[in-house]
Amino acid sequence: MTVPLSYYLVLSGIVFLTGVMGVLLRRNIIIILLSVELMLNATNINFVAFSQYFHDVAGQVFVFFALTVAAAEVAVGLAIIVALYRAKSTINVDEFQLLKW
Amino acid sequence: MEQIFFFYFAFVIAATSMLVVAMRNPVYSALALLIMFFHVAGLYVTLHAEFLAAVQIIVYAGAILVLYLFVVMLLNLKQDDRYHRQWPMAAAVGVTLFVEAIILTVMRGWTAPLVATGTETTVGEAGNTEAIGDVLYSTYLFPFEVASLILLVAMIGAIVLAKKDLSEVNSEG
Repeated sequence: MTVPLSYYLVLSGIVFLTGVMGVLLRRNIIIILLSVELMLNATNINFVAFSQYFHDVAGQVFVFFALTVAAAEVAVGLAIIVALYRAKSTINVDEFQLLKW
Repeated sequence: MEQIFFFYFAFVIAATSMLVVAMRNPVYSALALLIMFFHVAGLYVTLHAEFLAAVQIIVYAGAILVLYLFVVMLLNLKQDDRYHRQWPMAAAVGVTLFVEAIILTVMRGWTAPLVATGTETTVGEAGNTEAIGDVLYSTYLFPFEVASLILLVAMIGAIVLAKKDLSEVNSEG
């Protein structure tokens, strides 16, 4: 592997930080979920890079499981968004203050 | 040559991930994420994880993103302010994390390099898909079953949550 491992780690760090910023900054719940996908993808890049580096296929198996969890998260998350939109006809996180005191 | 490919994929991945966060229209964000998924799949191919590259395109680009686009278009959102009221605090947290990441990146030379132990299952010569299947159905059989349970729970949960109020449906019928 001519590309050093650290390059992959830096790339995945950048993508993960972008995802964190998206979750913290945006108002739209859909964009927040997309940012969570970004973070999951960053960890997947890490897993695959380490799998190649250690010549261990277990990292790729874990990416497989992360993919499963991502699919489940999207299905449930989008169902919650649809239910929220039905209740308040908005999906901005500012508007949902039921649990705030 | 590998470096050229890596830098191309890395540049596109970083740029599109920032577009996902920065775009005003959710549809554009989702499409930027689509481009990112394809380039992550390309990166997997350069890392000799061909099976995951295929799964990445089929599951992420084919299923997850289509679901997002369905919901975005279903909800018919109007465009408005991108950032919520707490953005100064969020920006402070983000800048802290960013500085921390840069410091850790600069300091990486101070730690001992990792060494492969060699006892693990090697990525076989038989092919990537076969190697993954071999490990998945022997060592990771129990997590595999748990993953199927998670998918079942998610399926039932999505149906229950997205359905109209159950009591209403019962009283009507």
